[in-house]
Order: sequence, then structure tokens, then C-alpha cells
Amino acid sequence: MTNTLHRYGTAESFADDYIVFATPSNGRNEIGSLPKLKRFLELALPFKPVNIGDPVHGGSLRPAKDLHTSANWKRDTTPNFRAVIDGLDEPASVVAIFDNQAAAEQFLKVAAEADLGLSINMSASVEGAVECCKFAGITRHSVGYSLGFEGATEKLPNTQALALSTMCGHGMISSSLAKKMIDWVKEGRRTPAEAVTYMTRFCSCGVFNPVRAQRILEQARTKME
Amino acid sequence: MGAIYVDPVIKRATINRDECVECYACYNGLSTEHLNPSIVRSIRKFFQIGRLRFDPEPDVCPTAAFEPDELQWPRVVRRAFSDPRATHESTGVQGRGTEEVKTNDVTHRVQQGEVGFTIEFGRPGVGVWLRDIQKMTWALAKAGVAFEKKNPFTLLMTDVATGTLREDVLNEKVMSAIVEIKVGVERTEEIIRLVHKVEKQVDTVVSLGVGTRCDEHGDEKIVAPILERLGYTIERAKTNMGLGKITNPDAAKAESKVEPVGQSR
Repeated sequence: MTNTLHRYGTAESFADDYIVFATPSNGRNEIGSLPKLKRFLELALPFKPVNIGDPVHGGSLRPAKDLHTSANWKRDTTPNFRAVIDGLDEPASVVAIFDNQAAAEQFLKVAAEADLGLSINMSASVEGAVECCKFAGITRHSVGYSLGFEGATEKLPNTQALALSTMCGHGMISSSLAKKMIDWVKEGRRTPAEAVTYMTRFCSCGVFNPVRAQRILEQARTKME
Repeated sequence: MGAIYVDPVIKRATINRDECVECYACYNGLSTEHLNPSIVRSIRKFFQIGRLRFDPEPDVCPTAAFEPDELQWPRVVRRAFSDPRATHESTGVQGRGTEEVKTNDVTHRVQQGEVGFTIEFGRPGVGVWLRDIQKMTWALAKAGVAFEKKNPFTLLMTDVATGTLREDVLNEKVMSAIVEIKVGVERTEEIIRLVHKVEKQVDTVVSLGVGTRCDEHGDEKIVAPILERLGYTIERAKTNMGLGKITNPDAAKAESKVEPVGQSR
């Protein structure tokens, strides 16, 4: 689905949000694609992605099914990139998220040179993607524009909660949780860095951008929009 | 969806099954501790009486209380269009996934002079009753628009020519569902105006995506100006880099397989 396309925000707000993903296509190139998908993620690591993932197993920070109660005070919040790569066991879209354009465009160049034969897309501001293509020497093939949200928009939360929750396009991060995290940061009950980890674990494909989320929470601490 | 609440009578967390879209976010997304429920309730009650606030991790279910139901048709449709981890084998429905422009470099589904629309209902986070989407599919069908044959939502139609859905799924609510169509670029404005008209009759949000081919220089100077003329400010897009190749040994034969074009996980 279009799980990275409809993120809420202005083009400027995507300055720290560059999503690069590789997708196999059934009937065309999925056979033998598993090592290529793993290679794609391996190539991303030197450019320090803020998250990687796949829709079958999740992102680099996942829920645990057997937590000890002590986790309420001391919990491991380190993203595990290696687990994502090693755990990939069937063809699926894989994704790497970057918080700066320089890293994204350099990775895109390397991924193109690797000639994996998979469909590679970038989800970002239009201008950001165009500049990355220019850097990597890539001629764009197709483009899918997001026209934003319409209809009964009165049902949507405030713009900061919306910016947070729409970073999981599958809708696994509820706007209620996003609102709660904004409140908790404002009340000093959690730091933005801590609040972000809770939301990250709900994203089932790893497209949530914890760096952008942290920035939004920091802004929300002093100014509600 | 806000489907989970504490019932004031039984004083237990309860799921409103009408509103629940079976996204399994509660089951898959929460970490769990497996503590004794009686002890957890007693501790909470003790704190409540003392007006004290325990500040536990918000993404942890201390008692591992959630257990997935064995879903039957047609309720299983909810999960297919709500839980991104649902397998096709478990639901019998081809998910809510669509490749749209993501693999256009190898499927060539949207070609020069064409526009692919993804009209997604219920996103973000509001949800939609399938009976509401039928209003749009009827209107689109009446306008002579062809639905993407292999899109999972199209597969729920009993009559693709009229955009009519199976009767038994109309009262199911899902996280979101994508109606996928393709038209000539000259119909872009007409379709958007049609969507605007019908979405007023639907009690949810709509996320509209418009996909098209770039020219030989990688530019796209046809559809974007139309969208801007209609008042849209295009903030974000998905860009297909054109790096995909058809590498399956017998790809031509494979292309005629039942595997949907619009299918990805």
C-alpha cells in the first residue's frame, strides 16, 4: 500500500525525512530477490539510517513479548538493525529511513550502482527527491503525488498528533497514543527520546522516523499547533 | 479507532466490537509482562484509592490480556484491510496492499499520458465502513472508470462494471481501503472533482494519491500543473527511480499468473 506517501506536513517539515525502499514485484523479479533485499539494507547501514524494516517482521525497535517488570525502570531502547536484516526471510518491501539529505542521496547512488534489479523508490518532499536523483545521476521513472487528506477532516487530531501518527501509514500508531505522548512530554513525564520509542514499537514495517518524531515532540512541548 | 475502553459496570477493559477493525495493533504492538491479573488490579486499586499515580510504560500490557479471535467471514475482511501483518492465507483476501507506482518500472501499469489514482478511505486512523466506499465506486463506475482488476478492493466487487460490492461485507469497518483506478491524463480534473463531490457523502477522511510517468528527462510537467491549478500544494511524493528489472526466468509466463499486479507487503 501507500504506507509512506501520506505523511502529514509541509515540504520543509520533511527536511529530516527521506525514505528509500526496495520492492520486489510478484511475477517479475521476486525470484531470488531475498539476498538482494538484504544487500539493499546492508548498503544502507554505513549512511546511518534512523530506522530500517520490513512489513513482515517490523522495524529496528520491536515490542517484546516477555518483558520483566524491571523494564518499567530500565529498558533497552537500542535499535537492532542486524535483527532486521538477519530476520528477513521472504520477499517484501524493505525500507531505510534517513534524517538528512546528504545520507539519503549518497545511499541512493550506492544502491543504484549496486544494480540490484529491484524497484527502488524514494518517499520524501518532491524537491528533496528530485535533488537526490540529480546527485545519484538517476532519471526519475514515475512519481506518485500525495494530495493530502480530504473529506471529514474534522475527525482528525491536531496537526502535531497527525504528523506523528501518519509516520506509520498502516495506521498502527494511533492518534490517541500520539496525543498522549505530546501530553506526557509537556508534563515532563517522559523525554521526547523516551516517548518516541513507544510509538516506534507500534510501527509494523519500520517506516516510522524517530528523529523527526523527536523534533515534533520538542516543538509541541512549548507550542501546540 | 478508540475501540478499547474500561466498562464502568464490570470495571474491565472492553473492546467495542462494532468499532474494532481487527488491526491487531493491541496484540502485535504492545509488549507484554504476563503478570497475575488479580495482583495488577489490586495494585491499581490501591494507587487509585490513595490518588497516587503509577507511571508504567504506556506500550506494555502487564497481564498479556489480548488474545486474537478466530475470525470468520465476513469479519475477517476487517483484518485483511486493517492488519498489515495479516497473511492472505489467514484471511482469504489479498490484503489492502497495492504496488501502484512503486513497481511501475517493471509493471508499466501507468504509462505516458495516463494517471493512476489511489483513493484511500479511512486513512489516517479514522476507519471506514465498506458500505460508504460503495458510494464512490458506484459514482466512478457510472463515470465509465475502470477499476484496477487486481487491486484487493476490486476483488470484493460482485459487479466490477457497476462498482457493486458483495452484500455480506458492506457492514464491515476497516482501517482503510484503497480504490485504485487509471484514466487518461485529460480526465484528471474530472476525476478529482468527482471525488470531491462524493466524499461529502462519506463520513470519513480520504487520502488521495496521483501517480504518473515522468518524461525521458525525468521531469513531470503535465499532471503537477493540473493539480496546482485545482488548488493543491504538492508537499510530498513517492518517486520511482526506474531501476527495476524483470529478472524472473520465465517472466512473460509468470506475468499471466494469478498473482496480483497491485500486491505487495
